[in-house]
Amino acid sequence: MNSLLELNNVSVKFPTRFGEFTALNGIDLTVHAGEIHGLVGESGAGKSTIGAAVMGLLQSPGYVSAGEILFQGENLRLLDDDAYHRVRGDRISMIFQDPQTSLNPLLTVSVQLIETIRQHNDMSVEDARERAVALLRETGIANVEERIDQYPHQFSGGMRQRVVIALAICTNPDLIIADEPTTALDVSVQKQILALIRRLCTERNIGIILITHDIGVINEVTDKVTVLRSGRVIESGLTGDVLARPQHEYTKALMAAVPRLDKRLDRFSNIVGNDELTNSDSSWVIDGASAQYATNWLLDGKQLLKSALPENAVTQKHADVKLDEQTDNRILSVTGLDVSFSAEGSDFFGGRWFGESRKFKALSHVDLAVQHGEVLGVVGESGSGKSTLAKVIVGLVNPTAGSMRFDGEALPIGRERARQHPARRRIQMIFQDPYSSLNNRQTVEQILAEPIRFYKLSANQTQTRQLVASVLDLVEMPQRAMLKYPHQFSGGQRQRIAVARAIVAKPDFLICDEPTSALDVSIQAQVLNLLKDLQSTLGLSILFISHNLAVIRQMSDRVAVLKGGELIETANVEDFFNNPQHAYSQQLLEETPSLAFG
Amino acid sequence: MVKRWQKWARENELFYLFSNNRIAQLAALLAFLCVAGAALSPWIAPSNPYDIASIDIMDSLIPPVWSENSDTRFLIGTDDQGRDLLSAILYGTRLSLLVGLLSISFACVLGVSVGLMAGYLGGRFDAIVMRIADVQLSLPAILTALLIDGVARGILPREQHDSLMIVVLTVAIGLSLWVNFARTVRASTFVERNKEYVQSAEIMGMHPIRIMLVHILPNILGPILVILTVDLAVAVLLESTLSFLGVGVPPNQPSLGTLIRIGTEYMFSGEWWIVIFPSAMLIIMVISINVLGDFLRDAFNPRLR
Repeated sequence: MNSLLELNNVSVKFPTRFGEFTALNGIDLTVHAGEIHGLVGESGAGKSTIGAAVMGLLQSPGYVSAGEILFQGENLRLLDDDAYHRVRGDRISMIFQDPQTSLNPLLTVSVQLIETIRQHNDMSVEDARERAVALLRETGIANVEERIDQYPHQFSGGMRQRVVIALAICTNPDLIIADEPTTALDVSVQKQILALIRRLCTERNIGIILITHDIGVINEVTDKVTVLRSGRVIESGLTGDVLARPQHEYTKALMAAVPRLDKRLDRFSNIVGNDELTNSDSSWVIDGASAQYATNWLLDGKQLLKSALPENAVTQKHADVKLDEQTDNRILSVTGLDVSFSAEGSDFFGGRWFGESRKFKALSHVDLAVQHGEVLGVVGESGSGKSTLAKVIVGLVNPTAGSMRFDGEALPIGRERARQHPARRRIQMIFQDPYSSLNNRQTVEQILAEPIRFYKLSANQTQTRQLVASVLDLVEMPQRAMLKYPHQFSGGQRQRIAVARAIVAKPDFLICDEPTSALDVSIQAQVLNLLKDLQSTLGLSILFISHNLAVIRQMSDRVAVLKGGELIETANVEDFFNNPQHAYSQQLLEETPSLAFG
Repeated sequence: MVKRWQKWARENELFYLFSNNRIAQLAALLAFLCVAGAALSPWIAPSNPYDIASIDIMDSLIPPVWSENSDTRFLIGTDDQGRDLLSAILYGTRLSLLVGLLSISFACVLGVSVGLMAGYLGGRFDAIVMRIADVQLSLPAILTALLIDGVARGILPREQHDSLMIVVLTVAIGLSLWVNFARTVRASTFVERNKEYVQSAEIMGMHPIRIMLVHILPNILGPILVILTVDLAVAVLLESTLSFLGVGVPPNQPSLGTLIRIGTEYMFSGEWWIVIFPSAMLIIMVISINVLGDFLRDAFNPRLR
């Protein structure tokens, strides 16, 4: 079979002021018509750079320094700009990650489709419109005649991505480069979009390069897969072969780091180079600072009840005891929680959660309880109210109705909670985005010392420094890190610092709002391990929010499912994954791509 | 030590951009010369134009040294009262810059505090304060300054006019420029306060003032710095305009604007130097400060890079 696209020994370089950076290093890649070729790797592996190199859209000052890119036997590197431009629209097209930004919000869908069709084919507006209708129908949009004249914002995320796909295939391309096409979508929508891509690939005999960081997606749709790391091909072959029998250490490590949906592990076997940590200077230490010191300090003054019992025993016990006994052991309970936002009235989060409606119900009648020493996983799709729940508990959002109790006492809601309220120390939160959760203008020492000073947890300056260094040690960061600023660290390291900041306040209850969804899988595995370790040594109760069922399975003792602001189901984690009760939970479980082979 | 400095120079974004921007370097050099000349004027100026005893009316309207009838004592000529023009320009620049810096600091402190509070607290305070700002923005800055200047002149006793004029001028210019700061700071604060590091401080129960000063303010210094430079040029211009209109600094302490006003009276009778040299000085100073401001704006805006 003749290959559609062939990359021979392609290298891409980016000159920077610190010297030349090699983004791709001797890549070989072959894509045939009618197959989906997956590119997988972590951020910085060069996945997207391959796509950009093929499209001839490398961001300046990057350039292809060596090798040849053969597309249907034609060397793309020899084309001039004009010829390349024709190839790009006509024969190669692209699907981007974010359907929010890849469509022009000011033009209707029909205008955008017709314009693109007419640019590449000589046809009348009427014919082009007919063609556009047919394409939208092909990509599975209902009521096409009616919807085609709507604006992109009137479509949901998944529907918008279908429009983007229609745009990509409207010129009958031979090759489509899909750069993380489903990353911005919920799992149920992701499943449909992947099925659509598969169908188009087979029906139209198109070659597709699918770029993703998600091995689950790779397993679900691709025929072949290439594993990349730092601009090099690590392993390549048929998807089934590579995933079932990975040859290279890195591939194995990468797969081990992916949280599994089918069984619970004690820890992620860890693996993919801790190099970002071990590289750091560990000779710089503060007198008397150590992880042990931090642990002792953090455990000091805690009730013995929790630390005396091993964690598993505690949770096992919960499963068996009767309801009234459980009530005694609740650290946090919320009853009848209602939150609604109105577009005008919300002075705080300015429109982030609003769809069409002016009044939006983020949570309705949510009853939830977390036991001492338990990890409660909260799962749901975007807009299900997971983050709102967290914000209500920490007092950032005022609920419209409902009450909360924390450790046997009523917890004042929203602004009624005094600034000196003890729960403000005892409930801490870890945020999703480590790039915005740390103040970039403060050193790590200032960031970590702030809670200590604020809650008056240390006797003097020396002890504060000691504690900061010790807590850094506890989260497996070099003590020297305290001298640096957040921007000098990678995402995973920043998240460790964020964890350290939450821990240092000596909390009893920790809220983790998607703490790993901004991180690569191997880093995610490390951070999850860290959270597990801290949870078991410190006996923390955790509310763990995630959209990723596999992560929830690894982390939680119990699961709560939210959908559209309502609590659908709460269950023990094993019961939930083996035997989900609610139809929505079953659907959710079924749609999550996994590494389990059929 | 040298090594550490080199490392800093290599990694510092601002320094890197500066070292690759010839125009910004030139502007910085010119601005530095203006500021240095102004600051050191009592020591480097040939004579003291404020000292009436040293001025001789017989020396008036002497052209620059390269023309006929010139006097080597006066490098670029003298004005209508016999003051050495070079000295007058140096002292005038000093006064202009002093008023500019004072008024811009005043505008900055006022605008930043209002903007921070409006952006962070939102609600009614925000609505009221920003409407006031909108109203003020619909008046030209020069009108606001003239108004305040006029009112102050009316209220203050006549004998204190001259001594208090600089204070009045500073307040007048400052009050007409604070809106720029307030609006920009408010917009930046809006962005920052929704970031998670601010939320985490809120969860801790930190006092709003502390959150504003410790967490938000250091993160919005970039835009503030940009306005500070751009508006410094505006303030210097405003001062000159007011002095040109005769409502600025007292006549016995000429600023650049006063010199230009005197110069225009002689412009058409052949004594061109009196207007040209102060104007050139003003233009160079304002342009170089503006270019520096533009450079900072680009440097702090990652999208333009």
